[in-house]
Amino acid sequence: MDRKKTVYTICGMCTVRCPIAVEVENGEVVWISGNPHDKAMGQGLCAKGIAGRSLLKDTERPLAPMIRQGERGEGKWRIVSWEEALDYVAQRLKTVIDEYGAKAVLYSDRGGPFGELRKSFLKALGTPNYCNHDVTCAVSVNHAALSLFGFGRKGLNYDYRNAKHIVLYGRNMLESLRVKTAKALIEALDNGAKLTYIDPRYCVTASKATRWWKIRPGTDYALNLALIHIIIRENLYDQKFVQNWVKDWEKLAAFVEQYTPDWAEKETGIPADDMVRFCFEVAEDAPHVIFHPGWMRARYRQAFYEARTTYLLNVLFGALEVPGGLFFTKGPKEAGKKGLNPVGVDIPQVEEKRVDGAGWELPHINAGPGLLHRAFEAMRTGRPYPIKAYIVHRHDPLTGLPDPEAQVEAFKNLDLLVVVDVNWSETSWWADVILPEATYLERDDLLITQKGLKPGFRIRQRAIEPIHDTRPGWWIYLELAKRLGKGRHFPYQDIQDIWQAQLEGTGVTVEDLKKKGFVTLTDRPIWFDRENELPFKTPSGKIEIINKRWEEAGIACLKPYEPPSSPPKGKFRLLFGRCGYQTHGIWMNNPALHPYLRENRLWINEKVAQDMGLADGDWVEVANGTYQRRMRVYVTKFIHPEAVFMLHGFGRTIPLQTRAYQKGVADQRLEEGLLHVYDPAGGANALCECFVKVVPVKED
Amino acid sequence: MEKKKYFIYHDPRKCIGCLACEISCTDWKGLPFGIANCKIFKCGPEDHSDTPEMDFIYVSCFHCENPWCVEACPTGALSKDPSYGEVVLDKNLCVGCGACVKVCPWGIPRWDPLTGTMSKCDFCVERLEQGLEPACVTRCPTGALTFVSAEEFVYLKRRSWLSRIKQRHIEALEAK
Repeated sequence: MDRKKTVYTICGMCTVRCPIAVEVENGEVVWISGNPHDKAMGQGLCAKGIAGRSLLKDTERPLAPMIRQGERGEGKWRIVSWEEALDYVAQRLKTVIDEYGAKAVLYSDRGGPFGELRKSFLKALGTPNYCNHDVTCAVSVNHAALSLFGFGRKGLNYDYRNAKHIVLYGRNMLESLRVKTAKALIEALDNGAKLTYIDPRYCVTASKATRWWKIRPGTDYALNLALIHIIIRENLYDQKFVQNWVKDWEKLAAFVEQYTPDWAEKETGIPADDMVRFCFEVAEDAPHVIFHPGWMRARYRQAFYEARTTYLLNVLFGALEVPGGLFFTKGPKEAGKKGLNPVGVDIPQVEEKRVDGAGWELPHINAGPGLLHRAFEAMRTGRPYPIKAYIVHRHDPLTGLPDPEAQVEAFKNLDLLVVVDVNWSETSWWADVILPEATYLERDDLLITQKGLKPGFRIRQRAIEPIHDTRPGWWIYLELAKRLGKGRHFPYQDIQDIWQAQLEGTGVTVEDLKKKGFVTLTDRPIWFDRENELPFKTPSGKIEIINKRWEEAGIACLKPYEPPSSPPKGKFRLLFGRCGYQTHGIWMNNPALHPYLRENRLWINEKVAQDMGLADGDWVEVANGTYQRRMRVYVTKFIHPEAVFMLHGFGRTIPLQTRAYQKGVADQRLEEGLLHVYDPAGGANALCECFVKVVPVKED
Repeated sequence: MEKKKYFIYHDPRKCIGCLACEISCTDWKGLPFGIANCKIFKCGPEDHSDTPEMDFIYVSCFHCENPWCVEACPTGALSKDPSYGEVVLDKNLCVGCGACVKVCPWGIPRWDPLTGTMSKCDFCVERLEQGLEPACVTRCPTGALTFVSAEEFVYLKRRSWLSRIKQRHIEALEAK
């Protein structure tokens, strides 16, 4: 064995999955950096990625399979062998399936490219109820893209490096980090690109912006309607592109006539003159402009329309399939190559309808990942049919979705709750069985396709063997499939078999992939002919202002704007967000990251604070419903007076996480009653439709 | 790495305060979690006539040519190495008296509770010997940190200052 080696693989500290290089000496990971073979990445890495080494030695994680003793949530566990844990899960699943049918099994993960085997496993079981975390992320953005282009949000990507003007709506690109994106944005700014950042709260991204609009929370849609109004009125749009590619253009033009900049100024607080100046400025830089439709846009009931009109602003400026704009992501097919083969063989289609109504009761909602909050509602009510088993794979609904109390209440109707994770998630504490997955440094995963201008394949390969009694996810599901009589669909002994099956006929070998961690299928970037050959997947082949699927579901594609309600006296709209050195509440207890962020503070507007007699650092009680907690305030001019803000992920309730236990305040617990409040057109939870009471208190 | 006088240059326009440099240092040097030889200070957001301004400042050892810490060290643990201009601490000789931090104008050396000694930046000299750059520079995700010769350092700093001044003047004219 090599005493010293470099392993090119994929980071797993967040769901961005950056390419990394891991140096191993005598079986120990000694260094992790960005993968220098990927020029857009380089050796740079974020704090979380660098902290990956500390994860291996962190023992405040589940390190062996466990079966619950005592009541759910009591925290009494019995450590068992993998054999026993898997037998137990399989037997309990069988009981549920025998009594209620396979459809009574619900599954959720964080989506992403590695999930194929997990989805095939569910299909083999015969349940349609796969969900991902997207209801608290980009599901409304995805539907906005589907409604316009006929393909989802990943059908387009962004060429920041060559952009001349980038417009972001709360997409805090320099703190909710993708390393490649942050790097490209900084490079673009260094080359003189403009950045307009729109957010009720100031942040690092705002600090680099040419213009920061402190918009009134929940009014992005109003802003966009007025921008479209100005662009059409002033004739600033790309007429040729619009004529070529937009269907029902005149309906959009007629619809936005009522939404003048003066009207929008009253809604958003942004001066009408600024909006006009902005439109002229962007028009000068068009088509090399990017209006980012949003990433985590699960905030307001109008999210679908916010994202849809943002996409339309790109369309108006002809910013599609151009350098410095949005480009179509190309796969192996566009490179004239064969793609990866599917995993699993002869798996019959699942005919059952989804429990969340996606694709039938809600015909406009994509039946792929569904709507998890609706599945929880079914779990609670037993309608349209009961959910009796729930498998949660490296996903933490009790942190990510609102109102954990309501979720735990729904869990009471489950006969089986299984958590597969590398960490103590809040959800794992309520599980019947915990199957600890090996960390990303200790496990292989399925090969994945990288779409883009230069499509290719990527590999996650283990740098070292698992240190503890943990296993890779693919192994866990192959073992469960065998035990549930579905082994014939997965004729693989190990990951090599899976990789071989995926690569069969592609002309690419595992060795090719291991050399640099990826293989690119073309030398030159692939661009479509933007005048004649843009492959929109809508029935008309064009960008559809009016989409039949939504209209037929009774949802207007051009929906009149509805203003958000103002907070009642003494209350504030609760906003949440992230910083560059923590992730979605996953690593609050990580030994390397925890010292940098022990507690969150409540951002509050300076004038409001003065009226309340609050000075910076004073204590307040924040409350909504039954949850009330104390925290310090950060008093600043740079947040909208209607809003308060806190970083997400705090207030952990698992005592075994000694560093993070009960530190700070959990925003999702303040979002009481919001589990079933969502954007009807796009499906996302509306997490910011939440008002909290803030009362000054004496020091804690 | 060619032997000459170096500095670590920090470009605040490219810095996003992500702390990758600090955690990179802790990780490479095996320091206790939360302690690094470099530090990012966040300044602001402050109000400049209704416009917020926020900057990050990177602070690490200045690697003085005539380091007071070296003179103050009673055990000879600190020394100036002419190879790359680094001021080096030999933890085996350090008795943890703290004299270095007391005389350092910027209070740079840090206390390492794991070893009961001081700790400070040495440019990751063991990496330089292998042709690599300091750990903080290597893993800075946005290219805000660069390892440059003393001459280039001075040039970069002056250019950055001039461009800021110039930008302010242009903005002031436009406001009229």
